[in-house]
Amino acid sequence: MEVIVCIKRVPETAGADIIIDKTGRGIEKRGLVFDINEWDNYAVEEAILLKEEYGGSVTVISMGPEEANETLRRALAMGADQAIRLTDPVFEGSDGYAIARILSQAIKPLSYDLILTGVQTEDDGYGQVGPTLAEILEIPHAAVVNRIDGIEGGRVKVHRELEGGLEEVLDLNIPAVLTIQSGINEPRYVSIMGIRKVAKKEIKVLGLSELGMKPEDAGQPGSLSVVERVFFPPVGEGAQMLEGTMDEISDKVVTILKEKGGGA
Amino acid sequence: MDFNLTTEQEMIRDMVRDFAEKNIKPVAAQYDEEKRFPFENLKKMAQLGLMGMNIPVEYGGSEVGVVAYSLAMTEIGKACASHAVTTSVTNMVAEVIYEFGTEEMKGKYIPKLCNGEYPAGSFAITEPHTGSDAANIRTTAVLDGTHYVLNGTKTMITSGEYAGVTVAWAVTDKSAKKGKGISAFVVEKGTPGFSVGKAEEKMGHRASSLNELIFDNCRIPKECLLGHEGEGFKIAMMELDGGRIGIGSLALGIGFGAIDFAAQYVKEREAFGQPLSRFEAIQWMIADSYTELEAAQLLVLRAAFLKENGLQFTKEASMAKLFATETARRVAIRAVQMLGGYGYTRDYPVERYLRDVIGTTLYEGTSEVQRIVVAREILKQR
Repeated sequence: MEVIVCIKRVPETAGADIIIDKTGRGIEKRGLVFDINEWDNYAVEEAILLKEEYGGSVTVISMGPEEANETLRRALAMGADQAIRLTDPVFEGSDGYAIARILSQAIKPLSYDLILTGVQTEDDGYGQVGPTLAEILEIPHAAVVNRIDGIEGGRVKVHRELEGGLEEVLDLNIPAVLTIQSGINEPRYVSIMGIRKVAKKEIKVLGLSELGMKPEDAGQPGSLSVVERVFFPPVGEGAQMLEGTMDEISDKVVTILKEKGGGA
Repeated sequence: MDFNLTTEQEMIRDMVRDFAEKNIKPVAAQYDEEKRFPFENLKKMAQLGLMGMNIPVEYGGSEVGVVAYSLAMTEIGKACASHAVTTSVTNMVAEVIYEFGTEEMKGKYIPKLCNGEYPAGSFAITEPHTGSDAANIRTTAVLDGTHYVLNGTKTMITSGEYAGVTVAWAVTDKSAKKGKGISAFVVEKGTPGFSVGKAEEKMGHRASSLNELIFDNCRIPKECLLGHEGEGFKIAMMELDGGRIGIGSLALGIGFGAIDFAAQYVKEREAFGQPLSRFEAIQWMIADSYTELEAAQLLVLRAAFLKENGLQFTKEASMAKLFATETARRVAIRAVQMLGGYGYTRDYPVERYLRDVIGTTLYEGTSEVQRIVVAREILKQR
């Protein structure tokens, strides 16, 4: 079982003080703490669990600057076997489509049975890299996977989380792309022994030319969408503070809900 | 001169931070309240390699060096001092057995300390009548054929009731000059004649234990002697030098834990129409606290670096322990002040940090003992 996991190093924005940067199209990243994208951490753990069950190896790939090595090394310490970092100045500003294309160029020469990604990233949150990657590689995909039942006879059976508490069981041909939902497993902590094994391990680095790409394939020119601006939505109006005893408040809530057409 | 950490040291610090944030911090207040010993977390920490950080891999350690150990202790201390002190002492016990134990002793006890089979180790010098004056202990060990017979009472022994193995100090030669007739012994939990007495009711560090240990005609095979007869006091002093780095490191963690919380709090809490963080009085407390803590951390890491590289570090370890613990105490008091009345309640963690940090200026040599060591080292050099 050869598994590739695409991971990203992202700033931790929950609880942090976010400032919009000068371009107005991104946030000030200085002073933020970076870590592996939460969903990707589950994907790495799932890949290692698959390796433990079926044998084979796990390759982690990340597009990003040198700091992304931290994230790759962490995945190696968890139990991944190889790490590849994709980097080039022209990759800057790539949208989900361009990122998927860059990843696909790195993945094409490799042999693989499954490609795992997180459902989405904490920073951009497009949720499109996994499915787009599958399209480019012309292989099936399943998104929001919250359980992998098993792999048998060239097929993988997975559970997908749907809205309304529904769950879908899907059987698909491999190789395939699965985007992994958080909570699918309990990601292990890397042990000091694991860290010691990988601290000096070399990470393969590939740039634009090694990936057989042209500058216009990546970054803004290679993207299908453009971020116009990011901003904090104005604080909404319409909040109404209710006062009184618990009974009075609950009566008022029911009255308001009825007025608004709810609570039928 | 190079202030950079290695990739390995950074990864270890980040891993411990992550583990402590998710597993230790959430239970710290409750365990403090319930005086609950953190068995589960200690086991997990052992599996991550945190119990034998300066022990070679062949004995089950992770052998990452003293700098990484210091960084790890600081991260654990940020979350919970009780977890940190227990970890520190277990590491110290593994180290003393590794440094001075026979091959058989090392093979028997060190792996169990490192892999978490033993919840902890303990280090027993202090007696009811003597603490700082450690050479004044009265517990005796008398050789009787193939066994030593131990008699006496130890007190304030961290992890005493949970330790799988205890290193205990006793007088083997009453006629020797002070400090020269003491020997160290390795005693297994459950040895007949070796029992656990009362647990202290402490101000802080409430999720760790501090016990009386009683030796009542406790017979141990003479192979349990650590090092040679009469070397005990020297062994204790050497190990305490290293232990001070651990305690300095965890005290820094307590200080950072307290001020990190307070610094976040003052951004959210308003008074006189603006966040507290807008007031210069508060800003200066923050600036002073971080400046002092980071200065203290440089001292601690220097001592760690010296030990890691096999250089003399006695004076530096005492300076580091003295300055880090007193700085952290000052910072914890400021953190309480920054929260005002709320800082004095159990609804916020700064009160616990303050109770905990006070212990750090007392154990592993009080501040006064550190000053004695520092002065002695300086005066003999000149």
